[in-house]
Amino acid sequence: MSTKIDMTPMVDLAFLLLTFFMLTTTFSKPTVMEVAMPVKPKADDPEPPAIKESNALTLLLGEDNKLYYYDGLLSASQKPELKLSNYGADGIRKVLLQRNTNPDLVVLIKPDDKSAYKNMVDILDEMNITGTKKYALVDIAKPDQELIKSSGL
Amino acid sequence: MPKVKPHRTSPSLDMTPMVDLAFLLVTFFMLTTKFAPEEAVVVDTPTSTSEIRLPESHVITIAVDDQKRVFFGVDDDAIKSDLLTQVGAKYGVSFTPSQIQAFKGVASSFGTPIEKLPALLSLDSEQRKLVKQEGIPADSTNNQFIEWVQTAQALSRKSAYGKAPYVAIKGDGKTDVPTVRKVIKLMQEKNINRFNLITDLETKPVAGK
Repeated sequence: MSTKIDMTPMVDLAFLLLTFFMLTTTFSKPTVMEVAMPVKPKADDPEPPAIKESNALTLLLGEDNKLYYYDGLLSASQKPELKLSNYGADGIRKVLLQRNTNPDLVVLIKPDDKSAYKNMVDILDEMNITGTKKYALVDIAKPDQELIKSSGL
Repeated sequence: MPKVKPHRTSPSLDMTPMVDLAFLLVTFFMLTTKFAPEEAVVVDTPTSTSEIRLPESHVITIAVDDQKRVFFGVDDDAIKSDLLTQVGAKYGVSFTPSQIQAFKGVASSFGTPIEKLPALLSLDSEQRKLVKQEGIPADSTNNQFIEWVQTAQALSRKSAYGKAPYVAIKGDGKTDVPTVRKVIKLMQEKNINRFNLITDLETKPVAGK
């Protein structure tokens, strides 16, 4: 008499469990982007130094995944020239890499009320990719919104 | 001439090595599997090239879904019951021990105003999934959201962990910026300035630099 046991049911079970665990396991943990916002200024703090106009680049995140940018800051005296760009590799990344040669470059990111959160993440990611060190998330101002409207882009 | 009789053997193989391997893999998967906590809301996070991983524990998750609802969650089991009673006390809502017990399962993500929380906690887990939660109030008149965050932080500092937890914002790609900005602003007012935006991994472009 042989002492062999039929192992087929056991193998069935083992592989069933194996499939179950393989399908339920998620190995990819979500990644995070770290964002540090400026500390709330105290009452007796000195005013932060103003950004020089020649070092600034302003990005406006519009609705329908549109992205506008202009050099310099928004000023009352003259209207900056608004340009249209996009979130692709040929869009804003080239602009940022061009400007990147200036070590004092400060990028102001102004998301419009109608822009999607994805746009904000994309543009922060773009800062990461191009190695732009100084950037800030700023609330969009009324003149900026009017600028988008009047530019017709 | 005698007939050549083929010697019959049953085609059985030795399955032992295969069984060994199968059970080894089963053990591996059993030990590594961590079941995803129940999420009250499905959030489709945008992608980024960041490779920093979300910390394993001590995370406050703030989810913002595409309908601008705000959800709050903590993963620290140690502080959950204190968190519920303390925030409840601020708003004059008290909880029964069984509701506090139920909160331990709910706390990983919920979006219910505190007044409606006892009713939600009294339901059993199957019914709870059917409830459409309206989001935690987070505006200047009724700011329960920041209470949750601050209480969780204070409790985490007092607990064995001894540090404030990480704040992770999990926004849906389709939600608008003002809702996320509002959440960030509320926390900035309370001097919480470091955030982690939860994203999915995307490969870094080679031509980037």
